[in-house]
Amino acid sequence: MAAVKQRDWWERVTIAVPYLWLLVFFLLPFAIILKISLADPVIAQPPFTPTFDEQGSLSITADNFLFLLTDKLYAVTYLKSIVMATAATILCLALGFPMAFGIARSAPSTRGVLLLLIILPFWISFLLRVYAWMGLLNNYGVINNMLIWLGVIDQPVRLLYTDFAIFIGLTYSYLPFMVLPLYATLERMDIDLIEAAQDLGASRTEAFWDVTWPLARAGVIAGCLLVFIPAMGEYVVPYLLGGPESLLIGRVLFDEFFVNRDWPLASAVTIMLLLLLVAPIVFMQRNQAREIDAQQ
Amino acid sequence: MSEKQKDFIRIRGVSKLFGDFVAVDNVNLDIGRGELFSILGGSGCGKSTLLRIMAGFETPTAGTIEIDGVDITHLPPYERPVNMMFQSYAIFPHMTVEDNIAYGLRKDRVARPEVTARVDDVINLVKLGEFRKRKPEQLSGGQRQRVALARALIKRPKVLLLDEPLAALDKKLREHTQFELMAIQDQLGVTFIVVTHDQEEAMTLSSRIAVMEKGCFLQVGEPKEIYEYPTSRFVADFIGTINMFEGTVTQLGDETIIVNSAEAGTNLHALGDHAVEVGQHVCIAVRPEKIFISRDEPENADDIKVRGVVDDLGYFGNLSLYRVRLSSGKVIQVSSQNRQRSAKRFVEWEDEIWVSWRPRSAVVLRD
Ligand SMILES: Nc1ncnc2c1ncn2[C@@H]1O[C@H](COP(=O)(O)OP(=O)(O)OP(=O)(O)O)[C@@H](O)[C@H]1O
Ligand SMILES: [Mg+2]
Repeated sequence: MAAVKQRDWWERVTIAVPYLWLLVFFLLPFAIILKISLADPVIAQPPFTPTFDEQGSLSITADNFLFLLTDKLYAVTYLKSIVMATAATILCLALGFPMAFGIARSAPSTRGVLLLLIILPFWISFLLRVYAWMGLLNNYGVINNMLIWLGVIDQPVRLLYTDFAIFIGLTYSYLPFMVLPLYATLERMDIDLIEAAQDLGASRTEAFWDVTWPLARAGVIAGCLLVFIPAMGEYVVPYLLGGPESLLIGRVLFDEFFVNRDWPLASAVTIMLLLLLVAPIVFMQRNQAREIDAQQ
Repeated sequence: MSEKQKDFIRIRGVSKLFGDFVAVDNVNLDIGRGELFSILGGSGCGKSTLLRIMAGFETPTAGTIEIDGVDITHLPPYERPVNMMFQSYAIFPHMTVEDNIAYGLRKDRVARPEVTARVDDVINLVKLGEFRKRKPEQLSGGQRQRVALARALIKRPKVLLLDEPLAALDKKLREHTQFELMAIQDQLGVTFIVVTHDQEEAMTLSSRIAVMEKGCFLQVGEPKEIYEYPTSRFVADFIGTINMFEGTVTQLGDETIIVNSAEAGTNLHALGDHAVEVGQHVCIAVRPEKIFISRDEPENADDIKVRGVVDDLGYFGNLSLYRVRLSSGKVIQVSSQNRQRSAKRFVEWEDEIWVSWRPRSAVVLRD
């Protein structure tokens, strides 16, 4: 009996740790942001009205959210962020899948080296790497010079400060986050399964869609979430590589906060972003839970 | 065609190199229609590689393979009239038992009612009825083995390749499954090629066996032939137990040869028109059950007789095993059936006895 009780106690402690973590580092900040988003901006310190006025009665406003919903600029920005993040996620998947597959199927001795090459960029500051892309993409950068030298073009093409540059930058930055979870699932997959499918009459392509793809699903979902979520709120890449007109939500957020010092509106933008991100996560989770149920 | 086609599968000069390493070395083989053929050999001898060449997963470095008169050497796996049961079973973990089994037919775009009917047939054949809706991880090892077998059989291949089909099962289940496998093969008449490293399994299952070592076929024949007339030391040693006496040929007769063996401490006679010369170094091999033990000197003048001392003996119910030390110091194994029921052993430890065998029981092995 005593032993059972003790185990109960331990179980509770181990479960409590992540909950506590989420409470302190996620739920609490979220509550603060929510509180600010329901306030009015003022020129003061802090730059928003308190939740309770002097009489102690609740003073909140939905103005910020209404503004977000009515001003077309924000809708366009959100939409553009979604499009950009989706495009980058798809390109990451298209590039990352063959890479992960190749690494998982390579000889164990070379596998370590290839994985190291994937992780290697992390050893250099993210900011520096994005700067490097500015050097590659500008009018007199490596890419333009190369194209001119090859005779493909005779005038430099504007690459930097375009949506294309953001797209490239996002894909480049988040590719490792796609490759690593995909590698983890593909590496565990038994190669005999693909051969068995071929043996039973499937061509290489059919074997891929019948066996490899469904078995890699968990990795695909994890990789897509790991790319899509941070790409949605990315600030550095659009700021450095995008043109002044390429407004993405991360940049708008930054400007509202630091340039306009409109903390309540910035908080409202954050809450909306969070809602947009939670939807796909919940959807994926449901899907996964259903799959696990089906397997049991 | 009632006469069984003897060269249903024709393997000609097949070799496979991985870099410098020769995994399969110039294999030639004919396998008849409806045979249950075993490839037997130790780990790493190239059994799986040869099977994978037949299935189309490896391209041979040299040689050709024909099945039913058609050269399949360069056909991709999905176009061969061959199916394989993998050593790991390779059951698709995301499909139910039923979907796993139906997969091959679906890939061939077989009409749906026919798929259902044929899946029902095979599921009955391998007795998986109550498990058809389950996912693979809800099955036991023996049930998975059946799924793998059913999935490979459903396309009615001309040849079924089985890579260590029973290795993952425990001993009891393995013996039981052996007989089921034979019954199914008999019922369907499909040609089976079974790879195994278990010599007992090969002996029980097969119509013929090929013994393989270092990529080469050392001997091909019926189980009895391989057991009674091994042609090399490796085969003699690999299949069952055997006593070997090293020696030199001293005399060649019409039908007999005489070998002087220091290990036996006497001249050994053996029968056979073996292509040996006087002075050649050979080895006389005798199976334990071909040797007799007696307290008194055996009377038959033709027999080979050697004196020895009982070193050890063991009682195994149906038979007794003896280890006998000869005067040369060599220890040989002898086994005898316990025909009479008696509580008293007729020889004891350290008893001085005679061992003897007929000249025709001995096999002459060249190096
Ligand atoms: N793709 C490959 N590349 C290099 N060497 C290989 C490859 N496949 C097999 N080999 C080598 O060829 C030899 C034969 O392998 P194979 O798998 O045919 O052995 P096996 O007889 O089936 O052994 P086991 O009983 O252990 O399964 C082994 O030494 C193995 O290391
Ligand atoms: Mg093998």
